[in-house]
Amino acid sequence: MAMAMLETTGLCKNFGALEVAREVNFRLEHGARHALIGPNGAGKTTFINLLTGVLSPSRGSVMFEGEDVTALAQAKRVKRGIVRTFQINQLFRGLTVLENVCIAVAERFSVGGTMVRPAGRRAEVIEEASRLIEMLKLGGDAGRRIIELPYGRQRLVEIAIALGLSPRVLLLDEPAAGIPSAESHILLDAIATLPKEIAVLIIDHDMDLVFRFAERITVLVSGAILAEGTPAEIAANHEVRAVYLGSALDA
Amino acid sequence: MTAARQLAERHRFRWWELVPWIAGVAVFFAFPNYLSFGTQVLITILFALSLDLVLGYAGIVTLGHAAFFGVGAYTVGMMAMHWGWNEPLSGLVAAALVAGAIGLASGLVLLRTRGLTLLMLTLCTMALLEQAANMGAAWTGGFDGMPGLSFGKILGLFSFDAIYFRSQYLYSLVVLLACFVLLRALIYSSFGQSLTGIRENLLRMHAVGAPVRARLVAAYTISAALAGLAGGLYTQTTGYVNLSVLGLERAAGVLIVLILGGYGRLYGAFVGAIAYMVLEHLLAKAYPTAWQLGIGLTLMAVALYARNGILGLGDALRRRFGAGGIR
Repeated sequence: MAMAMLETTGLCKNFGALEVAREVNFRLEHGARHALIGPNGAGKTTFINLLTGVLSPSRGSVMFEGEDVTALAQAKRVKRGIVRTFQINQLFRGLTVLENVCIAVAERFSVGGTMVRPAGRRAEVIEEASRLIEMLKLGGDAGRRIIELPYGRQRLVEIAIALGLSPRVLLLDEPAAGIPSAESHILLDAIATLPKEIAVLIIDHDMDLVFRFAERITVLVSGAILAEGTPAEIAANHEVRAVYLGSALDA
Repeated sequence: MTAARQLAERHRFRWWELVPWIAGVAVFFAFPNYLSFGTQVLITILFALSLDLVLGYAGIVTLGHAAFFGVGAYTVGMMAMHWGWNEPLSGLVAAALVAGAIGLASGLVLLRTRGLTLLMLTLCTMALLEQAANMGAAWTGGFDGMPGLSFGKILGLFSFDAIYFRSQYLYSLVVLLACFVLLRALIYSSFGQSLTGIRENLLRMHAVGAPVRARLVAAYTISAALAGLAGGLYTQTTGYVNLSVLGLERAAGVLIVLILGGYGRLYGAFVGAIAYMVLEHLLAKAYPTAWQLGIGLTLMAVALYARNGILGLGDALRRRFGAGGIR
């Protein structure tokens, strides 16, 4: 089997007696469009935290392009290209859109700790940030502070920041959460037009989004993988329908 | 794109940034009898600026910043007392280095924590140093401190002026200007921007791959060094040092100054120090027994009606009538 972009083997995490990840064996292929679904409390966000290094697993390993990154700190994983967005916006709310993206780009260019040259003279940082902002059609809001923007536009800034880190693996935690459906197409278009070399894992409840976007789906229930396959296979899986899709589709 | 241009021009000096320095020189000529007081104001501004870096920009809540002011003050005092080291500029450098070293050492431990825990630990650090200064009487003069210190000529040219404080005032003004230019550059650098990021959203800052704790420790160390410098200046210009330099009263005082002026905005330290000390001076003159009541009422008014300090009040007015604010 070819080397996966991101792979977990026997990944376990427990908080005391509570097992939030149980023997998770998961592969994210190069250029994947993969979705992770599961009912509330299935451990989806915990899984993201294990992949990004926010939490360290109780057992098991995380491999990134064949290298063991299980013990690697979050910041170092980001430098390698494991990047996430948050279910709830995590932005610099008092700063402008441009400043938000610039902070991320400065870290990627490893100039975030430089003390003498004004941030405003880092033309390469500002240009790259501006390019991403234009790409997400946020150009008109670049000079506005986050708190002045509607939630849907803020959501796009989350994506812009993530792209500013030049991801190789992009973990999108409920990217469409909180966006009015009339505005969600901008976000979905942005996700659909992501470069193919970025492997994308999307975590969501929105079945329309998942089935439209994903080429593979993994179903997580109570911290363990219940099923994995193509959207058609998952849709036809009786077990999945019983524990998850059934209730979601009925709703 | 206008936003990009705005960002590219943000760090440029604007005409009104000359005002504090012109005023500083004007005071020298206009109030020759108040230069001792003026010197104290300048030192307080420098001290408040050092606090603004950690509190206003990096969002590190500290109640023990006078620890570093005190370390700087005692460093200069002890060097003069025990080694006869009276040269002012090298004394300031030593004060900054020693305070910076203590900032680094304590920062490495303290900055693993946040919020109330951090607040208490900064307070404890200061209390430990205060007790050390109190008990190490052979070195520090204990409770009485070290009175009657004298210092050499500044740059070998200007001797300290015991009556009118003229040279002390100008010396402090120049040191403040130098530190301010440095701090201003730091604030507008990518490093300064990342500190603001840490203050605004810690979670996000981790997620963009920033070495958050290293940045905080760096900011804490630089801030401690600047506070130490202010302390060193205090000892040199007053000619004495005692326990008051690192007590809670001084730590709380500088916090009040910064809140009064507005934190996270460079010039808040200037406005706050001047407002607080002038108010204190005038109230103490008018009501020698009850002047603290006036300070208390002013603080209540600021807390209730001007959350972002005096400069924040200016911003709110300006926003109401159009143009953008001073940041």
